[in-house]
Amino acid sequence: MAVAIRQPGWYRGAIGTIIGAAFGFGLVVALRAISGLDVFQTEQTGYPHVIVPLITAPFGFLIGFGAFDYWFRWAAGKPTVPEDHSGHGATKWQDYFKFNTDHKVIGTQYVVTTLFFFLIGGLLALLMRAELAQPGSQIVAANTFNGLFSTHAVVMIFLFIIPVFAGLANYVLPLMIGAPDMAFPRLNALSFWLLPIAGIIFLSSFLAPGGSFDAGWTGYAPLSTGAPLGQSFFNIGVQFAGASSIATALNFLVTIITMRAPGMNLWRMPLLVWANLSTSLLVVGATPFIAGAQFMVFFDRILGMNFFNFLQGGDVISYQHIFWFYSHPAVYIMMLPGFGIISEIISTHARKPVFGYRLMALALIGIVVLSYSVWAHHMFVAGMFSWLRVPIMITTMLIAVPTGIKVFSWLGTLFYGKIHTYSTAMLFSLAFIVTFTIGGISGVMLGMIPIDIHVSDTYFVVAHIHFVLFGGSVFTIFAGIYHWFPKMTGRMYDERLGRVHFWGTVIGTWGTFIPMHWVGMDGMPRRVADYASQYGDWNLVISIFAFILGAVQLVFLYNMIVSWRFGPKAGNNPWRANSIEWQVTSPPPVFNFDEIPRVVGGPYEYGTPGARHAIMGGEELEVPEPKPTTVTAPS
Amino acid sequence: MVLAVIVLGVIQSVILLQFDWFGGEASTAAKPIDTLMDVTIVLSSFIFAIVCVALGYALIKWRAKPGDEGDGLPIHGNTRLEIIWTIIPVIIVLGLAGYSWAVLNDVEKTDADAMHVNVYAQQFAWTFGYPEEGNKWSEGELHVPVDRQVIFDLQAQDVIHSFWVPEWRIKKDAVPGLSTDVVVTPDKIGRYQLICTELCGIGHTTMRATVVVESEADYQAWIKKQSQEVPEDLLLTKDQFYETQKQNEEKSGGIEGSGVIEE
Ligand code: HEM
Ligand SMILES: [Cu+2]
Ligand SMILES: [Cu+2]
Repeated sequence: MAVAIRQPGWYRGAIGTIIGAAFGFGLVVALRAISGLDVFQTEQTGYPHVIVPLITAPFGFLIGFGAFDYWFRWAAGKPTVPEDHSGHGATKWQDYFKFNTDHKVIGTQYVVTTLFFFLIGGLLALLMRAELAQPGSQIVAANTFNGLFSTHAVVMIFLFIIPVFAGLANYVLPLMIGAPDMAFPRLNALSFWLLPIAGIIFLSSFLAPGGSFDAGWTGYAPLSTGAPLGQSFFNIGVQFAGASSIATALNFLVTIITMRAPGMNLWRMPLLVWANLSTSLLVVGATPFIAGAQFMVFFDRILGMNFFNFLQGGDVISYQHIFWFYSHPAVYIMMLPGFGIISEIISTHARKPVFGYRLMALALIGIVVLSYSVWAHHMFVAGMFSWLRVPIMITTMLIAVPTGIKVFSWLGTLFYGKIHTYSTAMLFSLAFIVTFTIGGISGVMLGMIPIDIHVSDTYFVVAHIHFVLFGGSVFTIFAGIYHWFPKMTGRMYDERLGRVHFWGTVIGTWGTFIPMHWVGMDGMPRRVADYASQYGDWNLVISIFAFILGAVQLVFLYNMIVSWRFGPKAGNNPWRANSIEWQVTSPPPVFNFDEIPRVVGGPYEYGTPGARHAIMGGEELEVPEPKPTTVTAPS
Repeated sequence: MVLAVIVLGVIQSVILLQFDWFGGEASTAAKPIDTLMDVTIVLSSFIFAIVCVALGYALIKWRAKPGDEGDGLPIHGNTRLEIIWTIIPVIIVLGLAGYSWAVLNDVEKTDADAMHVNVYAQQFAWTFGYPEEGNKWSEGELHVPVDRQVIFDLQAQDVIHSFWVPEWRIKKDAVPGLSTDVVVTPDKIGRYQLICTELCGIGHTTMRATVVVESEADYQAWIKKQSQEVPEDLLLTKDQFYETQKQNEEKSGGIEGSGVIEE
């Protein structure tokens, strides 16, 4: 026991949590005593005795858990023990519950954890759909309902979509560029462990007096500055989730820039790598803005500052500017990695190079740049300066162009290919193209000011975001998980169950989200617990499809869990893909490569006899660098 | 393929144009906005048709035969095509943006003799002041005459609310600490719903009011019957607020407390 307590791990983590919380509590008591305030009095929204421990306890946990052991020793001038907090790699399931610095272990930790939050977010959504199935109020009260859609969105965005992409890329990206690990493995592990902390903070807000945060995921001031305690849980949770994203993005940037295998110049990087490079640029540039916005709300709430207090000279609209300056780029943070995944899968299963590879990469960069100039399209009716609307409309409409380029290039990749559709990953990729197009079209409609004035804050926007986020991001996530499942687990999933999941998901998505466009255009506002009875029929249809969509995800979970344990052995390269991760064993060896591979060609040289992307270490044969031959298409 | 795109695009457009997506039209803004939407729907139908037909065609034509382990043709791209599908979308979206801009200017044009109505939003109710009629006011029911331009001056006193009458196709947030306005020319007599579309707390769902558009004569008759004026302290503009605050400070001799407002 004594040894267990000194070792980094769960015991020490628990003790650290308690010490951290006690320290925070003591700090509040002491500071209040010194300043002559009532030691235990709680302000309306302040609750410093809860809030400060909420910040200090996670640090206590991380220190106890071993996240900082190496750095502390180094800083103190003590000999560092490179493996003092974990073995590299995972040999048994318990190893996934440790502070582990192997990018493959971390990737798996990320994907499993985020799928868990996907489940929770989904249950919250189904609870809402149950309430909305009929007009009137049946299951939850109005304030609970506000809490439900707020936590649903926050869990899905900050704990599922954004981090699951980080998880998939964590696993495959270093392999793809021929690197033995990420650039900063310890930072990588820390990034992961910040996530469950954020999740616990968000969800525990349900226990706070006054209920969970309920000002929407957008948390507009002054609704949020005056909201009960739960809102502070959101303010703080976002800091942990945001720090996790930023650290991971820095890690990806440095890894991609400095750790590519010899020969992999920019134009030989797989598009997934390009996509994560672009995403990371967005995360690093934009995420500090939401962190800042939430700190400002937080300070307004507990320190009595007046950033957004209109009665004291604060400016209400500036919250929205800062928030959307992050949150518009964030929608592309939630989409670009998916674009990368789709490019990999379509090229592999159509047995053809990605059409217009360079333009695809440039389109990603174009989206990054444009992303920073469109934030105010969320504010066309917000009462901001009216001159800003038209310039923002133009940039917003223009961002559809690089998005369109991607769609057309994927279609171009299919032409003259040999398209295999046996894999569920490919099915999701093909369905993604069509579904995402709908979301792009409704996006352009929303970008047109006169239309947006009518449908802003209605169910039309709900339809748009779910077509791009479910039909877009989540489809690419499923595609990615199915595609790399054999690499990550060494086993094959069941394609029959995959098909059930695929068709159920496609039908569920369309059935749920298409009618939302209609009721929204016709006059149903969003974020309401009840609606005019004329929308009752469509809402019932929506709820039924939503439950189908929810139920069919259980098939996915079953397939993943059972196949991970009992699936047939997958082999190294079941999809006959070219990129480097498929040239190593499944799962890959602990340090990925005995010898760093040499990259000798583009990543998608399908159809060119003798062309290679990379020569793996240990391979004797010397392959001359092939000239990419371009065959003109017979027309 | 081109034929398939055209046929599918036309079918989709025709079907989609049958519906009256935005619901009833009851202001002069509704027509141009609905036409804009119809044009967008037709364009979108063709773009969606291109994607569907291209995907379907590729799947039928280039599906791998079972057991075929070969690769497709090593085509890396086609500069001409890539330029085409960059330039044409640019033209389409810029065209739509220009068209939208024109519609926007059209629907937001104000007449010199427009009538002003004050809208006061608070959790979770709407009240209306009629400054041109002796500052009369009404709670939960907005009356306006038909065929006359109205400028609504919106004010919120607690959190953000949003003023939306679907049949008018207009929407604008009422923002505390700020005056916003929105222009409408109702052109159809009837009763409509005013819906709050910005999440404003527990009562957001039910924060609605009735809008009565009536003939000038009915409107005049109605306003005559209203006896109450807008209460002095109902809402303060920002300047008024600073003014009273300054007076209070002068009275009390300084700023009190830390700025935390007691609830
Ligand atoms: C073709 C490109 C796109 C355009 C032109 C576009 C345009 C817009 C506009 C104008 C709005 C504001 C609607 C309103 O609140 O009145 C909006 C909302 C939104 N969009 Fe997009 N969008 C595009 C693609 C995407 C993508 C790829 C995603 C994410 C994967 C996305 C996610 C969202 C979300 C989450 C919101 C709602 C935020 C909220 O109010 O809660 N959009 N979009
Ligand atoms: Cu946006
Ligand atoms: Cu409201």
